[in-house]
Amino acid sequence: MSLRIGIPLETFAGEKRVATVPDVVEKLIKMGFSVSLESGAGAAANFNDDAYRDAGAEIVPSAVALMGASDIIFKVRAPSKEEISLIKPGATLISFLWPAQNSELMQCLAERKLTVLAMDSVPRISRAQKMDALSSMANIAGYRAVIEAAHHFGRFFTGQITAAGKVPPAKVFVIGAGVAGLAALGTAVGLGAIVRANDTRPEVGDQVKSMGAEFVPVDYQEEGTGVGGYAKAMSEGFQKAQRNTFANQAKDVDIIITTALIPGKAAPKLITAEMVKSMRAGSVIVDMAAEQGGNCELTVPGEVVVTHGVTIIGYTDLPSRLSKQASTLYATNVLRLAEELCKTLDGVINVNFADEVIRGATVIKDGVITWPPPQIKILELAKNSVISNVPVALSKKSIHGHGSLKPVSSSLLALVFSGGALLFWFIGAFAPASFISHFTVFVLACFIGYMVIWNVTPALHTPLMSVTNAISSIIAVGALVQVAPPIVSSAQDRPDVLIQVLSVAALMLTAINMFGGFAVTHRMLAMFRK
Amino acid sequence: MSENLANIAYIGATILFILSLGGLANPESSRRGNFYGILGMSIAILATVMGPQITTVGFPLIIGSLVVGGAIGLYAARKIQMTQMPELVALMHSLVGLAAVLVGFASYVDTAIVLMGVEKSIHEVEIYIGTFIGAVTFSGSLIAFGKLSGKIGGRPLLLPARHGMNLVGLLTVIYFGVQFIAAPDSQTGLMPLMVMTVIALLFGVHMVMAIGGADMPVVVSMLNSYSGWAAAATGFMLSNDLLIVIGALVGASGGILSYIMCRAMNRNFFSVIAGGFGTASGATSASTGIQTEGEITSVSAAETADLLRSAKNVVIVPGYGMAVAQAQHTVYEMTKILRALGVNVRFGIHPVAGRMPGHMNVLLAEAKVPYDIVFEMDELNDDFPLVDVSIVIGANDIVNPAAEDDPASPIAGMPVLQVWKSKTSIVMKRSMASGYAGVENPLFFKENNRMLFGDAKRMLDEVLGCLKS
Repeated sequence: MSLRIGIPLETFAGEKRVATVPDVVEKLIKMGFSVSLESGAGAAANFNDDAYRDAGAEIVPSAVALMGASDIIFKVRAPSKEEISLIKPGATLISFLWPAQNSELMQCLAERKLTVLAMDSVPRISRAQKMDALSSMANIAGYRAVIEAAHHFGRFFTGQITAAGKVPPAKVFVIGAGVAGLAALGTAVGLGAIVRANDTRPEVGDQVKSMGAEFVPVDYQEEGTGVGGYAKAMSEGFQKAQRNTFANQAKDVDIIITTALIPGKAAPKLITAEMVKSMRAGSVIVDMAAEQGGNCELTVPGEVVVTHGVTIIGYTDLPSRLSKQASTLYATNVLRLAEELCKTLDGVINVNFADEVIRGATVIKDGVITWPPPQIKILELAKNSVISNVPVALSKKSIHGHGSLKPVSSSLLALVFSGGALLFWFIGAFAPASFISHFTVFVLACFIGYMVIWNVTPALHTPLMSVTNAISSIIAVGALVQVAPPIVSSAQDRPDVLIQVLSVAALMLTAINMFGGFAVTHRMLAMFRK
Repeated sequence: MSENLANIAYIGATILFILSLGGLANPESSRRGNFYGILGMSIAILATVMGPQITTVGFPLIIGSLVVGGAIGLYAARKIQMTQMPELVALMHSLVGLAAVLVGFASYVDTAIVLMGVEKSIHEVEIYIGTFIGAVTFSGSLIAFGKLSGKIGGRPLLLPARHGMNLVGLLTVIYFGVQFIAAPDSQTGLMPLMVMTVIALLFGVHMVMAIGGADMPVVVSMLNSYSGWAAAATGFMLSNDLLIVIGALVGASGGILSYIMCRAMNRNFFSVIAGGFGTASGATSASTGIQTEGEITSVSAAETADLLRSAKNVVIVPGYGMAVAQAQHTVYEMTKILRALGVNVRFGIHPVAGRMPGHMNVLLAEAKVPYDIVFEMDELNDDFPLVDVSIVIGANDIVNPAAEDDPASPIAGMPVLQVWKSKTSIVMKRSMASGYAGVENPLFFKENNRMLFGDAKRMLDEVLGCLKS
């Protein structure tokens, strides 16, 4: 039996995103699900009902009808109490939830006997990066933060020398170089500003530099990396040094973008009222931590205020302001999670707790609260997308490495070893010393060959054959030594002419091979290009 | 040059040869690898010629034969088309085999080598074995060349009681081997050696004649291995460590390639060598009731072009048919246009596609397809559900779903490219004839499969024309 996925219209005030997009609907249907959509759910993100209908979704006029008939609900924002009461008992909900902040909501959902997967609780491990909706949204928010700042900033970002005079470039200071911070500084660099960034985790310095910005360290020794690649709260001494750094930057820069968050706590107050006062008139602060109270003392969450001539932007809905992009990325993240849940591609989901990603994301299972999940061992931090290549590279290696060979059964191995031992004993007992030394060379060479050849990439198997073929014309050496050896006196009746004919013929044959083989290998290898 | 100096030069050459093979680990370092090989070979030849075993009397002969042979080799290397690589490689193997036979005979009749007792026996065993391997390599490679170039039919030749004949041949070889070693002088010993050589030649012919066209990659790599062992045996015969090492390297290389090819077909090495593949398949597939009859849907070149243009993910699976039709350049032209349209085009290569290991990679490289969009089967198979269009060009068995679904199929268990999992698959084929393995392909009857009948090159040209317009 295939399950029905329902996509309701987001009811949170100002929310423009939608949990899935027409392209993804097609893929969900291919996985065996059927998909229903509340009429107008995608309108704010510029996806109309017809696009969904073309992709195969059924359009349902009201939320009541949709929620009651769906086995799985995809949402962006956590549902309200009214919405929860509409959901079919026993159904599955996938959305942002923030279980730590919303314990009352969790109770409600559990009472409804739902299974709930929170997109914000997907563990931050490499394998789960494709489902990391927080990073997707942070990326968009970072971009939008710069655009909002540019909108309120009265000057160019890039420096110019025009006939009407010289324009200095804007200076942007980004606090917190997480996903959002990096996106922001990348965007600002793209617009031509001079960009600096600070983060309590010193290892992100290289990432900042790789984006073309300058890293401003705080002159104080303390490691700031917490669990899961997030930052942690810092000591008193560090905070003092940090404040000095920020105060100096505030006097110099035109735009400050703050992204500092500590999981489960209010955002740290990094920009004081004095610092704001010290900034030039017309400067802009974008406080991306506004939802968690803000990094700036003067931030008003959700609003733009002008204090001491400085515009302080406290929007809490930055991703929603880029609704089409945000919806597309979010929809893909949810799709990837659905793929993990439905590996059989038959439209039925399996909330498999043996899978650490699914275990981490599941906050309620069949009405039982399963949050927080047991700690998982995080070996590598999900720092950036480069890491996601690691599993691919590993599996690729095992294709033509020794690792892919199945272990030989022990009885066969015993047979091989005893056979080998017998052969070696026979040789050792009867063969003369000269043979033994040649035999040693032979066996070792076989092993070297074995080791070397396994490293050859399959794409080059034909050149490998032609080059080994060319190399095997080393047999020419055998022919050479017979052409005209120094004559030993004891061998008068040596058939010189016959031997010479045979060896010259052999030499000529191998010469064809030798020259032809190397030449054709060269010709082939010259063709391989990236 | 003293003997020590010559030996040290040999060690240098050996290292260079190992580096040469090691260089093939990736395309970037491979060109340098080939250069190391050339350098190693030059050092080895020079050290031998300058060494104590050759008097200046021989120089004109040596230079003359190297120049003549080298000229022929270079000419062949320049003229050969990339699609003919398997034939050329097979032909070259036969040369090494023949050279080993000649050297073996020359070594045997050489009375300057005086050995007594066990050493003499071992020397003769070495000659006997070296000549045997050389002769099998020679005739086997010639037949492989004939089959690959189409001069001999690809169907396996199955004589009645062929295993019995091989066994009798082997016993005869052993019998004459005993005679050979017991012979008091080289005049009496020559006779058993010649008889054995004739049997070995027949054995080589018979062995390759019995193997079907689809198993050719295994045969070519096996003969590659034999030519190495022949060189190693010659090294033992002449007490030359350089020959032994290089022979062992080449032998190991060919052996591993054969193993990889066998594994790619899920076949046992011995059953490939025993031959006779694809003979009784018609009856088996009919009896299992797997659907091999039904509606096939054919498409035109224009429809194919439309499908490709509207796709996001395309995988091209080339096979021997592309090589025969010389269609690789057209394929790449098409790829370039599609990539310019933003279509993600990738190539999927089955390990045994074509007639020798890595055959398809070489052809695509010839057409200048960048190697980073060419993938191995294992890298691509998981992605097929996300692929919009798969195009199979002149391949059959390597995309046969029966290998996975039908336990009674002769190719059951062979890993295949799962093109039928993509949204649409298009198979380009000249007719509905079955592949080399003689197995029916249920893929053709799948509802998401389309057939584009005609010569691969001509059809691809038409598709290309439609894409351009």
